[in-house]
Amino acid sequence: MNSEFLIHLILWAPLVGFAINGIFGSSFSGKTAGFIACLGPLTGFVSTVLLWSGFDQTIQINYYRWFGTPDSFSVDFSVMVDQLTLLMLFIVTGVGTLIHLYSVGYMEHDKGFVRFMSYLNLFIFSMLLLVMGSNLVMLFAGWEGVGLCSFLLIGFWYKNPDYNKAARKAFVMNRIGDLGFMLGIFLLGLEFRTLDIPTLLSSMEHIESGDPKIILITILLFIGVTGKSAQIPLFTWLPDAMAGPTPVSALIHAATMVTAGIYLVARMSGLFNLAPFTLDVIAWVGLATAFVAATIALRQNDIKKVLAYSTVSQLGFMAVALGCAAYSTAIFHVMTHAFFKALLFLGAGSVIHGLHGEQDISKMGGLRNAMKSTHLVFLIGTLAIAGVPPLAGFFSKDEILAAAFSHSIWYFVILALTAVLTAWYMFRLYFATFHGSYRGSKETEAGIHESGLVMLAPLFVLAFLSVVGGFAGMPETISSKHLVSDFLKPVVADHAHSVSHSFEYILWGVTLVLLVLIVWLTNKMYSVNSAEVFRSGSGWVGRILEGKYYLDEIYETLISGPLRSTGTWFKNVMDPGVIDQAVKLPGLVFRNAGVALRPLQSGIISWYMISIVLGLLAMIYLFLF
Amino acid sequence: MENQIPEIFNAIPHTHYVLLSTILFVVGLIGVMIRKNVIIVFMCIEIMLNAVNLMLTSTSAYYSHAGGQIMVFFTMAVAAAEVAVGLAIIVMIYKNLHSTNIDVFQRLKG
Repeated sequence: MNSEFLIHLILWAPLVGFAINGIFGSSFSGKTAGFIACLGPLTGFVSTVLLWSGFDQTIQINYYRWFGTPDSFSVDFSVMVDQLTLLMLFIVTGVGTLIHLYSVGYMEHDKGFVRFMSYLNLFIFSMLLLVMGSNLVMLFAGWEGVGLCSFLLIGFWYKNPDYNKAARKAFVMNRIGDLGFMLGIFLLGLEFRTLDIPTLLSSMEHIESGDPKIILITILLFIGVTGKSAQIPLFTWLPDAMAGPTPVSALIHAATMVTAGIYLVARMSGLFNLAPFTLDVIAWVGLATAFVAATIALRQNDIKKVLAYSTVSQLGFMAVALGCAAYSTAIFHVMTHAFFKALLFLGAGSVIHGLHGEQDISKMGGLRNAMKSTHLVFLIGTLAIAGVPPLAGFFSKDEILAAAFSHSIWYFVILALTAVLTAWYMFRLYFATFHGSYRGSKETEAGIHESGLVMLAPLFVLAFLSVVGGFAGMPETISSKHLVSDFLKPVVADHAHSVSHSFEYILWGVTLVLLVLIVWLTNKMYSVNSAEVFRSGSGWVGRILEGKYYLDEIYETLISGPLRSTGTWFKNVMDPGVIDQAVKLPGLVFRNAGVALRPLQSGIISWYMISIVLGLLAMIYLFLF
Repeated sequence: MENQIPEIFNAIPHTHYVLLSTILFVVGLIGVMIRKNVIIVFMCIEIMLNAVNLMLTSTSAYYSHAGGQIMVFFTMAVAAAEVAVGLAIIVMIYKNLHSTNIDVFQRLKG
């Protein structure tokens, strides 16, 4: 088929789905709406496969001129598909389709089912706009679109004020990042007179590395990334985003939204390569994020919160890869992460569904008998994220570690430690949920049930992908072909990394030994019958971790609190005292003048005549003398 | 010799005309200021108008310039219209209030 037609289909199908369900949805039955909603991303996925099979060069489609002046500066409504976009399309539409399918099962009893499905479609559309946009304004439109959709979906159960708070928090945090991103775009436009990505990247050739302007621009863009991809200091919205229905968490964490920041840096890799300072900043922020989030995840008892912090931590890994200029590695990890994180979230959703809304792992346990299929796929997801060879997470994480090692030993040490923590909290979660004995109340135990096929089918597909996804990027030691980085080579400006083979083997050996140790230890500690071990600890380390480093409280005291009290001061003092008075003053002057002058208009005509004559005399006097 | 002032006019100095019209004007003015009957006030206004007319005509004759006299025609035409409207108003007010005292006009105050 014509590839341009396929691109139209990919981009617009979800929007059409959104429009149909959004406008006519109230008259549809749940099945119809679910079918229409799934059709959008599915069409996109099939088209992506077809497009990929006939793909030979970058395709750009220009819809129309969006705005601009004829001769100097203009922005087109145009989309572009190259290798990087194509890979992202696979992730977005593929994982997106599975999540849609799962949602049909998960949300079928919800009153807002149709609304939910149409939001999901809009979400996919925004993400497609983001990855397909051929200039930064298009990208930004998608960027804002996913921000909006995340707001709508996190606050989906809008009757709960806490959920609304979480939605607002996500939105505001993202807006802070967006400000940086916007400033970055403005500066780029000023500097290069264009925002078209291919043109921009090709004009980078004349620029010297370390140009202060480029550093400023890249730092600003990275601020946008910290918002969307949940890096320190703007990551606190992501764990709170758990307020949304579980499929939303999977969609935000795996296929869309958080990967946007990573995609942006990879897309602009030519620009970021010119700013070594920014790359260092990205790497250090990534390291801090990965480590901090992993430690927090150690002490969380909410099944979704653990996964949320693990996402933040994994995003930190990706940021480190970006900081080491190993862009295709970061994208590779985006891909594998999309598989196993979607799997874990949907698996967790299946557990929550089976337990009728229970999310606290201290009240779970022993579910491996009641939910055999969920147990199996969740185990696969855990193994994959923990980096057990040869599952997906092993290869991508190994590659990031190698890139970090060839960059700096400190990067490697911190990342390796974080990887160990990752395995620890994931196995803790796994054993606490599925092993030991059930710790909830007796009444709920009877109600535990396995989820239906509509929910399980996507899980099996994702489990399969989590197992084999890593083979797309095998290290040199095993195979000379790295499918992902070879595929991305034309569009992503990687720095070459190589580590010696002996180092790789040592790394794998140590990894395996550590993993076995961790599994053994966590099994001993958390496959338990009582909830004792999940009680909050008395040590100060434990308390800090449970309090999530008190980051929310710190932000509250340092930023929100002062802002709010400034606002209150302005409301109570400035507004009534100064502004209101300033507005009232002219009114007061004229009213009083009116009161003073009113007697003049007495209605007694003789008086008028006398004043006319007096005025006349005064004028005569003035003019004559 | 067309521009010369006719003999008959030379017999009375221009100053007299000016004085007379000033006196008439002041009489009208004072009348407007102090009289209470609307009809009288109206007549006083007419006196003032005609004082001005007299001034214009005489000056025009003394300077052999037709402009003043043309102006007078305008004044008279406008005055006629004004009288028509003014009297109509007075009649209506009288019909409604049975009074021609100028103080009733106070009621027109907004």
